[in-house]
Amino acid sequence: MEADWSSRWDHLQKIVERGGPFAHPDFEPSPEILGFLKDSCKILVIGAGGLGCELLKDLALMGFRDIHVIDMDTIDVSNLNRQFLFRACDVGKAKADVAAAFINARVPGCKVTPHYAKIQDFDDFFYRGFHIVVCGLDSIIARRWMNGMLIGLLTYEDGELDQSSLIPMVDGGTEGFKGNARVILPGITACVECTLGFYPPQINFPLCTIAHTPRLPEHCIEFVRILLWPKEEPFGAGVAIDGDDPKHIQWILEKSQERANEYNISGITYRLTQGVVKRIMPAVASTNAVIAAACATEVFKIATSCCLPLNNYMNFNDTNGVYTYTFEAERLEGCLACSNKPLSVTFSETDKLQDIITYLQENASLQMKAPGITTSMGGKNKTLYMQTVKSIEARTRENLKMSLKELGLENGQELYVADVTTPNTLTLQLQLATSMDNS
Amino acid sequence: MASQKKGTLDKNNKYDRQLRLWGDHGQSSLETARVCLINASATGTEILKNLILPGIGSFTILDGNKVQGEDVGNNFFLTADSIGKSRAQVATELLSELNEDVSGDFLEENVDDLLQKNPAFFTSFTTVIATQLSERTLLDLGKVLWTANIPLLVCRCYGFIGYLRVVIKEHTIIESHPDNFHEDLRLDYPFRGLKEYCDSLNLETMDKKEHSHTPWLVILYKYLQIWEEKHGGKMPKNYKEKVALKELIKEGIRKNENGVPEEEENFDEAIKSVNSSLNATGIPSDIKALFEDPSCLKLNSESKNFWVMVRALKEFTENDGNGFLPLRGSIPDMTADSERYIQLQTVYREQAELDSIAVAGHVHALLHNIGRKGTISDTEIKTFCRNSAFLTVLRTGSLEEEYGADTANTEELGRHVMMEEEEDASDEGDDTVLYILLRAADRFFTEYTRYPGFFNNSVEADIPKLKACLVKLTHDWGLSAGLKDDYIQEMCRYGASELHTVSAFMGGVTAQEVIKLVTGQFVPINNTFIYNGQRQTSTTIKL
Ligand SMILES: [Zn+2]
Repeated sequence: MEADWSSRWDHLQKIVERGGPFAHPDFEPSPEILGFLKDSCKILVIGAGGLGCELLKDLALMGFRDIHVIDMDTIDVSNLNRQFLFRACDVGKAKADVAAAFINARVPGCKVTPHYAKIQDFDDFFYRGFHIVVCGLDSIIARRWMNGMLIGLLTYEDGELDQSSLIPMVDGGTEGFKGNARVILPGITACVECTLGFYPPQINFPLCTIAHTPRLPEHCIEFVRILLWPKEEPFGAGVAIDGDDPKHIQWILEKSQERANEYNISGITYRLTQGVVKRIMPAVASTNAVIAAACATEVFKIATSCCLPLNNYMNFNDTNGVYTYTFEAERLEGCLACSNKPLSVTFSETDKLQDIITYLQENASLQMKAPGITTSMGGKNKTLYMQTVKSIEARTRENLKMSLKELGLENGQELYVADVTTPNTLTLQLQLATSMDNS
Repeated sequence: MASQKKGTLDKNNKYDRQLRLWGDHGQSSLETARVCLINASATGTEILKNLILPGIGSFTILDGNKVQGEDVGNNFFLTADSIGKSRAQVATELLSELNEDVSGDFLEENVDDLLQKNPAFFTSFTTVIATQLSERTLLDLGKVLWTANIPLLVCRCYGFIGYLRVVIKEHTIIESHPDNFHEDLRLDYPFRGLKEYCDSLNLETMDKKEHSHTPWLVILYKYLQIWEEKHGGKMPKNYKEKVALKELIKEGIRKNENGVPEEEENFDEAIKSVNSSLNATGIPSDIKALFEDPSCLKLNSESKNFWVMVRALKEFTENDGNGFLPLRGSIPDMTADSERYIQLQTVYREQAELDSIAVAGHVHALLHNIGRKGTISDTEIKTFCRNSAFLTVLRTGSLEEEYGADTANTEELGRHVMMEEEEDASDEGDDTVLYILLRAADRFFTEYTRYPGFFNNSVEADIPKLKACLVKLTHDWGLSAGLKDDYIQEMCRYGASELHTVSAFMGGVTAQEVIKLVTGQFVPINNTFIYNGQRQTSTTIKL
């Protein structure tokens, strides 16, 4: 494949073919580095949205040629103000397909392979094939899942991490004028789960405020969304709200306005209604450009060793001037995802199974969504509770109310936990206190 | 008419995510702006991309160069088959595809020639963005735009270094959108409406539900009254007194028949708010400084709306306002029944309305006195009043001052040169040195008409030459110190290369600064931003 023309790589060659005092200690300037980027290095980009479009362009122009991109979304009109690989005529098509085709047509020699799919559709064999994974996601769950996948790929020999099993993850996130970029070396530096506190759990308005004491226009919209819609089923039984359907939003707007009038609340608009219903985050081209560029720079550094990678987190905000803050996020001791140790949890034998589920959901460093628990009893696997499969949920629901003692759990028992936030099964070691010690 | 309506709807959808940041009025300012980009470098097209996508009115690219092989290597808006064609034209065509609502134009001409022939070309734009200009051209351009008070943004990427300079004589901001601010509640100086409303409520006689749904603002007002009665009319000043006030409020929580306190969220909120809500109401020092600004004190028929309103604000605070700014008129959400929350909100809103009307009175009298044409709308005055604690004026100083040996900010620069010298070999650095290095590279260019390390065969040989340039530069500033050799060596490694990701980073940063200037919202940098792509750090310095 000869797609190069004279001087094409002049800018990059200066960096990778010349040594410098700030380069990585392992760096050996050579034309082979560019050869590696062009011919061997395989990069996976997760997301072909605001960050993803930028990432693909950035990586393609930094010499990477074998790039895969996964995205499960299709193009919406509201993407066009920043997702610059898409045009009005592309609305409704798969983001991954359109983005890949655009890059491949614009940058000769670059081969982006699109996957119009979910990250959960691929197994560890697929992920093991990449040198570096870059995430440009707006979902924390997907980010956590990807983190878990890369940690799951690590292999240890006598407790020592096998470096060849390590796939660095570069992760970017944006919201309005704020953003962050980070480099995760799974098993070595802080992972997504180590720093869950950076993503505060979503705060919902209390149901009683929505139902009885609305004060803000948002309360009225939430009333219509949560309580009135299922009751009135305005577009037919079982029809869920489609935030992109103007008829749906218009109906919610009118009902919210009625409720707001009742309480003398002002400020209901179409934009606010849609914002609340779809939980829209503001977004602008510039922040995506900045964060994606920082991430792509890090991918380039890791792939070439031309200088030391970011260690390991940068925050960005350009509301007031332009501000960055770079720091080393610390690993969480005993991190359930990356410490390679089972987590020890203490409960009393009179505690119910529900208490463990609640703990897994509410503990700030676990924040699970719908955990399922299995264990091993008398050499057999036993499902204690599972929410995600309807039939099993029905069969195991009663267990929630039973005490740990009644369920036959013993001190030191291992519980295996599965959740949407990770592809891995996590092991909890149950420390069971008798009710005497506990009281 | 019908089709026009459809057009607006589409824009609402297309720009939805950004309208939530700068509003419809910000968007319409953006859509009437005309920007000029000098040189369609990788950095230049990345900046434009981030202006075209959100819908800038129009852009014009001025570039006399032909597309070269290395340009296509780092620039997404040039193609291999365009090598040898006009760089301005090719980039304009490819950038125009991004947004059909934006009109693009180009001029294939040498910047220096145009500055000689037709400097008025540059002053026909709202904003000018310059990339890849030599020091001499830049200073000439800077002079033309400074005189015309047109903002100039100078952006450049050099290896892993990003540089942005904003040059504007004066830029005034009403809507600065601060991330953090104190609420304007006036509990220390309650206005009449607030007093009347709070006094009309009696905590003692309320039933249980009413008691636990009284807004914390009212509770705090009540307990402050009790406190002040006991303390000679004085508010709690220090930590100890605030703790005592919290205790006092805590005692007010209703108890059940067993003497156990009920759960009253509103009281918890009142206690929590003691620390944050008892800030003394006053005029921020930045705003006081504006009151003494010559533009405020010496209004004339040419005065901008902003300064007329600042003067009106000053007069308001000295008269009707009793030493305070107009009330902002908003309150945070709090546990309360709908009725009383809305009543309280209305109390604040109405006072804000009265204050804004009073300010408008001063505005109209001032306009009359100075004989200025055109009026200032009530909406504008209202927005101004609501933001009166956050007004910001930006004066960046000119490039001429920055580059003049006598006027350069040598104190600031000297501090960083010294700091570098004192440091041992640690990798801790200060990104300001990158600015000094860029200036040294420019000095090198002036002497040798090429950048240090531009050619592969002269990288080593250029190191001592660049070092000599640096010594001359710092000498001109009256500084004797130099920089670590490591930096000079690294600078020669870069050889003026423009890495796409550094360009993309600076393209995002620079475009947003343009949007701030054009919309008059959010606060731009003052005046130089340096990005260190190696360490992912940055700094902003005023030079
Ligand atoms: Zn971890």
